[in-house]
This record gives sequence, structure tokens and C-alpha cells, in this order.
Amino acid sequence: MKPVINESGIEIKPLYGAADVAASGGDAMIGPPGEYPFTRGIHPLMYRKQPFTMRQYTGFGNAADTNQRFHYLIANGQTGLNVAFDLPTQCGLDSDDPAAEGEVGRVGMAVDTLRDFETAFDRVDLERITVSLTVNGAAAVLIAMYLAMAEKRGYDIARLRGTAQNDILKEFIGRGTWVYPVEPSIRLVGDTIEYCARHAPKYSPVSVCGYHIRESGADPAQEMAYAFCIATAYADDVIRRGLPVDEFAGRLSFNFNCFGNIFEQVAKFRAGRSLWAKIMKERYGATKPGSMWLRMIAGGGGGGLTFEQPELNIVRGAYYALICALSGTQTMALCCYDEAYTIPSEYAQRISLRTMQMLIEEMGLGDTVDPLGGSYYVETLTNEMRARMESIMSEVDAQGGIVKLVAEGAIQAKVSAQAYRRQRDIEEGRFPKVGVNRYRTEDKTPQMEFHPYKEDDARAQVQALAKVRAERDAARVQTALARVEADARSGANLMPAIMEAVKAYASVGEITKVLVGVFGRYREPVRF
Amino acid sequence: MNSIKVVLAKPGLDGHDQGAKVVARALMDAGFEVIYTGLRQTPEAIARIALDEDADVIALSSMAGSHLPICGKLKPLLEQAGLGDKLWIIGGNLPERDHARLRALGFKGIFPSSSRLEDIVNFIRANAP
Repeated sequence: MKPVINESGIEIKPLYGAADVAASGGDAMIGPPGEYPFTRGIHPLMYRKQPFTMRQYTGFGNAADTNQRFHYLIANGQTGLNVAFDLPTQCGLDSDDPAAEGEVGRVGMAVDTLRDFETAFDRVDLERITVSLTVNGAAAVLIAMYLAMAEKRGYDIARLRGTAQNDILKEFIGRGTWVYPVEPSIRLVGDTIEYCARHAPKYSPVSVCGYHIRESGADPAQEMAYAFCIATAYADDVIRRGLPVDEFAGRLSFNFNCFGNIFEQVAKFRAGRSLWAKIMKERYGATKPGSMWLRMIAGGGGGGLTFEQPELNIVRGAYYALICALSGTQTMALCCYDEAYTIPSEYAQRISLRTMQMLIEEMGLGDTVDPLGGSYYVETLTNEMRARMESIMSEVDAQGGIVKLVAEGAIQAKVSAQAYRRQRDIEEGRFPKVGVNRYRTEDKTPQMEFHPYKEDDARAQVQALAKVRAERDAARVQTALARVEADARSGANLMPAIMEAVKAYASVGEITKVLVGVFGRYREPVRF
Repeated sequence: MNSIKVVLAKPGLDGHDQGAKVVARALMDAGFEVIYTGLRQTPEAIARIALDEDADVIALSSMAGSHLPICGKLKPLLEQAGLGDKLWIIGGNLPERDHARLRALGFKGIFPSSSRLEDIVNFIRANAP
């Protein structure tokens, strides 16, 4: 019999029984859902009480275009929003910056000032629909804009829920929308966590992403282990400021990928839940259960989708959604079948949304908590995945810690070497991929609806920015920007100054430029 | 014979570098000398690096849709730098409808998502000046 080894390096047996569970550590780390160590779920009733939030990633063109798609998705039953920003916004550049030319509104919504947020979220009920901002390098500014917009609309930010991705360390590993060097970047993340803990305690200022590390070449155990290393780097920064762990840890959230072997992923999520709880309890001395919860968005699966026979991605997406639902995620998003080609069409978005709705409303995924719990295979694999993750985390610590390894480019080099090996394995048929290296067809690719890029929208965005600049109180902007600079230099928490700047309609680019003046820019270590 | 020298660049703001790094490794394994620029290169920077490094091949990786404006800006800069006779290639998320325009801009090799590493290597071997 040929050996089967999963992506995380664990050998899979043809049959599992009670003895395997016992040999892997038994049920010491299982427990009931809603209780430490939360392997079976962070809540006692999970989806029986509240199904996962459905939150497709959306945004393009300008704020008005995006607002229209938001309302389309909400009208179709989506329960959260996940905002895609264009690359200039994510990199802290204004739409009229020469480096933004050709990129304004292309892969996400263009945002320059608070005015754009006012338009984007017009008529969106921010209490009913929770909003996730997918932004990292420019996250502090966009979180400030979101809070300022909500405040202006009359919401009490002390009660406002929502999430920002704001995970800069993974951005250095994959995804690449960094701005400042590593140390000040971590400080900014710490500033947002500290500020939200004090002023917007229901808001999740960080969503630590294993997701993109996996997309960059990490295996599932590394995906979660590296994410936990990164989360502890942020926690350490905030604790050094004197904030007790239980005052902020409950608002840390996570983002994980779902493609690959079904059981390996389910075990990954279950193992990750108990490992994170253990880290928070044992290493940080957290006492509130909420501080130990691995709250997460799971989904996407982009790295598993194929350019070949793209309609098969609808099927893959359905399995990925099943994995996430079996894994007890709080929120789900799915990459769409056309995403290897284009920004998803409304039609493709709706298929993804219906896939998630089907699981809950038609297929019984919301009926029972942790339905795979107690399976000899899944429990054994959960124990084994947890052990793998712990050993990867120890390895990182022994090598000097995640911040050092990321700053040197060591993690980047490691995962990119793995991505290369995987690509070779696919091209040479050793790693099966249906439609790619198995069962290829030479049929014509089905007609795709390519998302149009509207140059006119980009020009209108630049004009709108000029108009805001002409109409705002220039002296107030200057004063606010001067305070941003002073606080950046003094080491004070930057969020109050950034809040005042965005309220004065200072732009993303203007605020970022001031911070770059103090912090400098990140220089990417190129290492193979 | 000296090995073929490739400058592999990530132009614009696109941060998706998994593919570029995979291709860089494949080219190194094939025995080429590879200068990988890292992210966020302006057309001016790419032309300068290609000139300074005396590249035989100028390769771009673009995943975020701005390949036409970027290649449009890069073409005259490469020509002014005297690199018009080098091999220009591009890979990434490149819809088929844009291929003719990329060819007209001087990009002889076009490798959309799903291209095989071996095909990229063979193309460079056959076409590098």
C-alpha cells in the first residue's frame, strides 16, 4: 500500500480507532463546545443559535459603484460586508499620486478621504451589517475613517462592531501592501488595538491572517502556527504598554484558508482553537473565556481554485464551504469560480452566497455543533495537527521569533521554496489537481464576464479629491497633520491624532506621507 | 558561454509575488542568472535595473490588471535605454483579449496564469538574444 502523507507532513492511516485517539493524546484537549479549550467550538450552541456570517469580499471603482454592489449583496441575504480597496488606498497613496496611475479603483474601491466612506456606506445599517475592512499598511487611517464615519452617522462607537484586517506581519510574507518598516508597522497595529480597547471595545481591530501565508506556500499547520506567532507579537506589543490581556484579547480575530484535504482542514481548525486557547491561558494568563476564543473568518480558498475548467471551481467552492461549516467558523467568505480570471461578477458572487446559504438552510450544517467530533480519524488528526503547530511555533521561537524571521525574509524564503516545489509537483503530476494534471479537456473555456475597468471613474475620483481639498478647512488639516507628526515622533498612541485628521478630511495619502516622513519606508529583503 | 541574464520585475503596486518568486526559482534551476527586483517597481526603475544589470531578458509579473498601462509606459523607456533588442516577456493574470496589444507593445512572450514553468524556460532559451 502506498503511504499517504497530508500536506502538513502527517502520515494518514487507512483506518483509525479508539487506540489511535488515545495514542495521539486522547481527549484531554477536547471538552464540550463553549468551554476551554474550545476544540469543538467557541460557543455552546454554535450555528443552532446563530449561523456563520456570510461576507463576500467586494469593492471596485469608486465608493458609489461599491455602495451599489453592497446593497445588491445585502438584498440577496448577505449578513456582513468585506470591503476590497484598490491598491493605491492599500498602499497609502492618494488617487492623484503619480504611482497610482492606472490602478485607481481597479482591484477595489478607491478611498481618499472620509467623504468616500460616507458614500460607500450610505444606507447601510451598521448595527445589523458588520463591516470588515481588508486593509493593512494603511489600516490605522481606514479604521479611523470607519469610526469617524459611524460617529458622524450617529452611531455610538463604544457599541460599534466590525473588523479590520490590519495584520501587517503577514503582509511582509505575502500580499505585499506594506508601507513602513517592520517595527513602526507593529507599533501602529498596537496603537489600533490599544485605542479600540479603550474607545471601541466591540470593534475587532486586527484579523490575523494565516490565509495569505498559506497562499504564499505554507502548509496548513504552518498557516496556523505562523498566524499564532504573529498574533503573539501584537499581543506582546500591547502588553508592554501596560494593557492587561483580558482588556484586548477578546477582540483579536483570525482569517484562515480552507483549500486542500477536507479532514486536514477540519482538524486544523479544531486543533487551532484549542492551541490558541492554551496559549492565551497559559502564556498570557488570560482569565476571560472571550480572550481565549479563536474567533475567525474561514474561507476563500483562492489557492485551490484553477484557471483550467473554471466551472469546476463552483464545485470546489461548495466543498470549501462545507469544510468551513464543519469547522465552526464565525464568518465565511468564498472565492468565486471566475476569480482566477477577473473581479467576480454579480452572478458569480451570488453563486458563492447561495452555496453558503444552502449549507445552513438546506443541508443541515446548522443543526448540530461540531458534527465530526468523536470521529476517530478527526480526533486523532486534531491532536496530531496541534502537535505539529506547537513544534512549528517552538522552531520559530528557537530561531529568534517571528518578527526577526519576517524582517530578514526567512519565512518568505521558506514558504516560497515550498510554493515552487508544489508547482513542480503539480506540473509533473505528483500532486493531483483535477482538470490540471488529471482529466484535462481542451474544451473552450466558458464565456467569462470580465469586470470592466472604467477610466472615467478613476478620473472622477481624482476630481472629487480635488474638490474635497478645495472645500475643507485647510488650517484644520495642517494642524491635524502636524499633530500626527508630533505623536509619531513622541511615541504617543497615533489613533487620536489620525482620527482628528480624517475628520478634517485629510487624505489617506497625506496622513501616510507624514508617517513615512517619521518612520521611513519598508525595504523588502529579497532572499531565495 | 555566459548564462542568460533575466531581470524579473514586479511593476506597479501589485503585491502578489508568489508566482514571480516561483518563476524566479525555475529560471535559476534552469541555469539562468536571475535578478528579482521585489515589489513596487516603477517603469523607470525597471528600465534602469535592466540597463545596469545588462539584462538579456526583461520579465514582468502582473496579477492585478494594470499590465497595459504599465507596459505602455515601459516600452519607450526600454527603447531609450537601448534595450529594444532584448527579450521582453510578461506573465500573470493577462486576459486573452489583451495579448495582441501586449505583443504590439513589444512583449514577445506572454504567459498567462496556468502557463507551465518548463514552457517559460524553453521560450527564453529559444528567444533570448
